[in-house]
Amino acid sequence: MSNAAFLSEPHQSRVDLMLISGMIEPGSRVLDVGCGEGELLKLLADGRNVDARGIEISREGVAKAVAKGLAVIQGDADTDLADYPDDVFDYVILSQTIQATRNPRQVLEHMLRIGRRAIVSFPNFGHWRIRSQLMFGGHMPLTETLSYSWWNTPNIHFCTIRDFVGLVDTIGAIQERASALDSNGRLIRFRLPWWFWNLFGEQAVFVLKRGRE
Amino acid sequence: MTTRRKIKEAGIRNQAIDPASPVMQFGADKPLMLDSGAVLSPFTIAYQHYGTLNAARSNAVLICHALTGDQHVANKNPVTGKDGWWQTLVGPGKCIDTDRYFVICSNVIGGCMGTTGPASINPVTGEPYGTDFPVVTIRDMVRAQAMLIEALGIETLFCVVGGSMGGMQVLEWAASYPEKVFSAMPLATAAKHSAQNIAFHEVGRQAVMADPEWRAGRYLEEGTRPEKGLAVARMAAHITYLSEPALQRKFGRKFQDRVAPTFSFDADFQVESYLRYQGASFVERFDANSYLYVTRAMDYFDIAADHGGQLAKAFMNTKTRFCVVSFTSDWLFPTADSRALVHALNAGGASVSFVEIDSDKGHDAFLLDEPELMATTGGFIAAAARARGLGR
Repeated sequence: MSNAAFLSEPHQSRVDLMLISGMIEPGSRVLDVGCGEGELLKLLADGRNVDARGIEISREGVAKAVAKGLAVIQGDADTDLADYPDDVFDYVILSQTIQATRNPRQVLEHMLRIGRRAIVSFPNFGHWRIRSQLMFGGHMPLTETLSYSWWNTPNIHFCTIRDFVGLVDTIGAIQERASALDSNGRLIRFRLPWWFWNLFGEQAVFVLKRGRE
Repeated sequence: MTTRRKIKEAGIRNQAIDPASPVMQFGADKPLMLDSGAVLSPFTIAYQHYGTLNAARSNAVLICHALTGDQHVANKNPVTGKDGWWQTLVGPGKCIDTDRYFVICSNVIGGCMGTTGPASINPVTGEPYGTDFPVVTIRDMVRAQAMLIEALGIETLFCVVGGSMGGMQVLEWAASYPEKVFSAMPLATAAKHSAQNIAFHEVGRQAVMADPEWRAGRYLEEGTRPEKGLAVARMAAHITYLSEPALQRKFGRKFQDRVAPTFSFDADFQVESYLRYQGASFVERFDANSYLYVTRAMDYFDIAADHGGQLAKAFMNTKTRFCVVSFTSDWLFPTADSRALVHALNAGGASVSFVEIDSDKGHDAFLLDEPELMATTGGFIAAAARARGLGR
């Protein structure tokens, strides 16, 4: 594997995982793309009786996940999703990984092809702290959850919430649900305007489905 | 005097005729129908078993051995006196825990450790089959194993495990008898034998057949042994089981018991001495004709070809849980082969785990005590046991 498409940030408190797991109907079939060591898969398999599969690019991540008894394969979202047939999963999840893919649009399109629903969580590059680091610090943002320097980051396709909505519209997908988490990991509950989410949401979670052809 | 008596009188306990393990006999009423169209009957399967079959008969694990392996997976080998060939993985408290599972391992059809093969006595002639033995395939080996499992009163296997040629058998089991295989672990293997691997095998076979002591395959009757040819075959093959980094680390260009080259064709280098030793010890325990037959079986292996050219079709809608493992430095069965297999399994909707383990030990890594291999297989087996309701 030559690229780092699945290197997600090290996560101590992955509130988004709890949030995502709550969105999955029990008994469904799930593919977690970039599953790391399989935290979410374990949550789903144990708690919700889900047929949970994973893909992960890092050898160490896969080995640890398989040792936990999870069905995880070593692979790359940018190249391997194409091998899956249509409609084999109820949900395809991409948590904190889209920013590390080479071709986010293609990855998202494949997710919507092989799954009935796609769930995507990502760090919002439009968050006020990131904006202020760039504006006042004059350097690429470094935060607790985005701890890489510009020259060693696997994250090559950052986007803001507004950018992501733009991609969703471009590929003609339908937003079923959208949530944002503030920097304390709390859900921003109210249906506030986009600009508010885009400024105060540190992470976003979207549930998408295919638009009409 | 018959060959059988000659061998016995020579004081050699011939494992091919009189194996040091249980055997299952299949009489004229239970012939083995071979892919070639030939029929093998009667025939014998020599096998080992460990642990206890539970009341529900749901805890049976079948281990499939590789090219030069045998049924003695977890006990002292009766020929070499060494530990079983997979005692790192199989045994009390090990990943494949013989305190929990009923573990079976049988010698393959065409082998030389008591299952019917070219060194066995042909009932028609009273002499060893030699090259009159029909050419067998991996599917024939598996068909014979299925008959053994049935004769043991086992309906479904909790897990079928094997590396290399053993992995081929695992895949064949999953493709031919999906309803009988709850979980499958094909390690360091491929869904077909590559052109390069067929080429290596051909070199080995030609080395055996070029030895004048081979006597067109009738060496047992003639009282000769094609040891030189078989040793060369093993030496060439052994290189393919290792890797350049492993050879470099182990031997480099170091001399064997000398400080300077002798300007001769002695084994000046340690690596030469090592290979000669590998060749010489191999001929002590393996039948030359068996080597021809078993390598041939691997060459013919191509699961996709048996399913209209599409590998995914072989595993369509399978319920079997798979754990595929490859090793970074394995150039005989490279990761790309395992990846192709994983893609096919995914396309067929199978539940599959796949990990490429970082090791510089080449193809042989699957036989060694690699911590990551132990963690992977242990985790997979434990999860499969939970799913199968095999609690502690």
